[in-house]
Amino acid sequence: MLDSKKIRSDFPILHQQINGHPLVYLDNGATSQKPRAVIDALVRYYERDNSNVHRGLHALSMRATDGYEGARTRIAKFINAADPAEIIFTRGTTESINLVARSWAHAHLKSGDVILTTEMEHHSNLVPWQQAAKAAGATVRYIPVLGTDAEGGLDLAALDTLLTPQVKLFAFTHISNTLGTINPAAELCRRARAVGAITVIDAAQSIGHAPLDVRALGCDFLAFSGHKMCGPTGIGVLYGRQALLDKLAPDETGGGMVVNVTYESATWKPTPERHEAGTPHVAGAIGLAAACDYLDTIGREAIAAHDHTLAQLAMEKLSAIPGIRILGPRAGAERAGLVSFAFPDVHAHDIVTFADEDGLALRGGHHCNQPLMRKLGLTSTTRASFYFYNTADEIDLLVTSLRRIQKFFAGT
Amino acid sequence: MSADLSELYQQVILDHNRRPRNRGKLPTANRVAHGDNPTCGDQCNVYLRVDGDRIAEISFDGSGCAISQASASLMTTQLKGKTAIEAVKLYDEFHHIVTTGETPEDISDLAAFAGVHTFPARIKCATLGWHAALNALKGDEAPSTTESHID
Repeated sequence: MLDSKKIRSDFPILHQQINGHPLVYLDNGATSQKPRAVIDALVRYYERDNSNVHRGLHALSMRATDGYEGARTRIAKFINAADPAEIIFTRGTTESINLVARSWAHAHLKSGDVILTTEMEHHSNLVPWQQAAKAAGATVRYIPVLGTDAEGGLDLAALDTLLTPQVKLFAFTHISNTLGTINPAAELCRRARAVGAITVIDAAQSIGHAPLDVRALGCDFLAFSGHKMCGPTGIGVLYGRQALLDKLAPDETGGGMVVNVTYESATWKPTPERHEAGTPHVAGAIGLAAACDYLDTIGREAIAAHDHTLAQLAMEKLSAIPGIRILGPRAGAERAGLVSFAFPDVHAHDIVTFADEDGLALRGGHHCNQPLMRKLGLTSTTRASFYFYNTADEIDLLVTSLRRIQKFFAGT
Repeated sequence: MSADLSELYQQVILDHNRRPRNRGKLPTANRVAHGDNPTCGDQCNVYLRVDGDRIAEISFDGSGCAISQASASLMTTQLKGKTAIEAVKLYDEFHHIVTTGETPEDISDLAAFAGVHTFPARIKCATLGWHAALNALKGDEAPSTTESHID
């Protein structure tokens, strides 16, 4: 386990009381907290370097441009991209996926084509594909999840029948935000490549939780958000292989992404600029690069090990609560650092309201996963999601709080 | 338990949550409406048999948190026998209670929901069933969602 006391001192927000109790932040699947190093990078940028990028020749503009492009290089290194030009800055995972869904799908999808995805996708990796398919007359197909609690993960045997040459694009999540399932991303990319399908990985839940190497994964596109990896909100990344990005028509047009404009038409810069119309989120990119530096100081192998330990501990202790139904991999099986669960008689929102009274931040609801919830016969679950600043003691506090809530609603 | 939380989860609410009144489909219903709270996935169907101008029978089903279920249950006990105009007036009073915490003296059980006003995120839970009921009364069977009206 990491030295939690030292790590927690890096996060100013963690040192506060909620309803008279120390904050226990277990909502990292929704967003992570920010270390002092990231907050300082943002403040430093706005206090010292703030300017618009690329088109300025004055000192501040050059500093801002260096910061912004330096961030691109830093992030390329963070995910082992071949070139910084493969990093497109976006608002986050959702915008990244939508960019591919609109630009790539618009140019390549035809009637009768198939987009393959899975039953465990977040709405952000599902609705854009439905929309793209509708526009093109294509079909979306889903790899089923196995088991009454989705404990069996994806039905990989179904790939044999689902992954046909009609599949033009295969989009899947690296880690399920609802189940905690870790999908075999490299294998899925390899299988997709064999039929000539483009792959899109939703890495929203995996980025910053373990080492991530886009070339080892072998994906064509990969999307993530900065705010789930200690970075600011409003900044995210679309990674794409340069050969694909250079051929991709821009989804948005305007300033910053053009070479030559006449009253009749315009020509586009190469990637990454062609996919970043308008003034970018310079501060966000710089903050995200600071988050990369910070996470690599802690060590992503160590973070992954810490997540693993907490997840296993949580599974062991939560499984012992009578009546609890836990989704995703069973106790003892490998899973990401999050646990989603339900009780037959207590609704997730009542749990979250009660847990808040004990200082715990949990999330209740459908986790942007309505079709999966429906398949599992649920309307909502409560989710506790961990990061490297969480401790074993906090899992005990979670369990104590849940037992108290259960007792209250049972009327005993 | 904090004062705010025990105010939110009053005995009346817990009782209606554990033993909901008028729960289930109404075979004789001539009006139905469905309510959704997309934020949390809560759902509520309200079934009415409207006889002339009055709600002769009312029931609900669906799933949701204790606040939404208890509110729908209690609502059915309050709306039975009411005219559409009386129902809207009662909803306005209920809405005032859950948003301000002020309880008029002549309102009995609905006052149990006064504690909701200190938890703004839960106001939509308390009003979900009411929105469905008012839509059913209007004969508007398009699903209502808590996102399309102002609480």
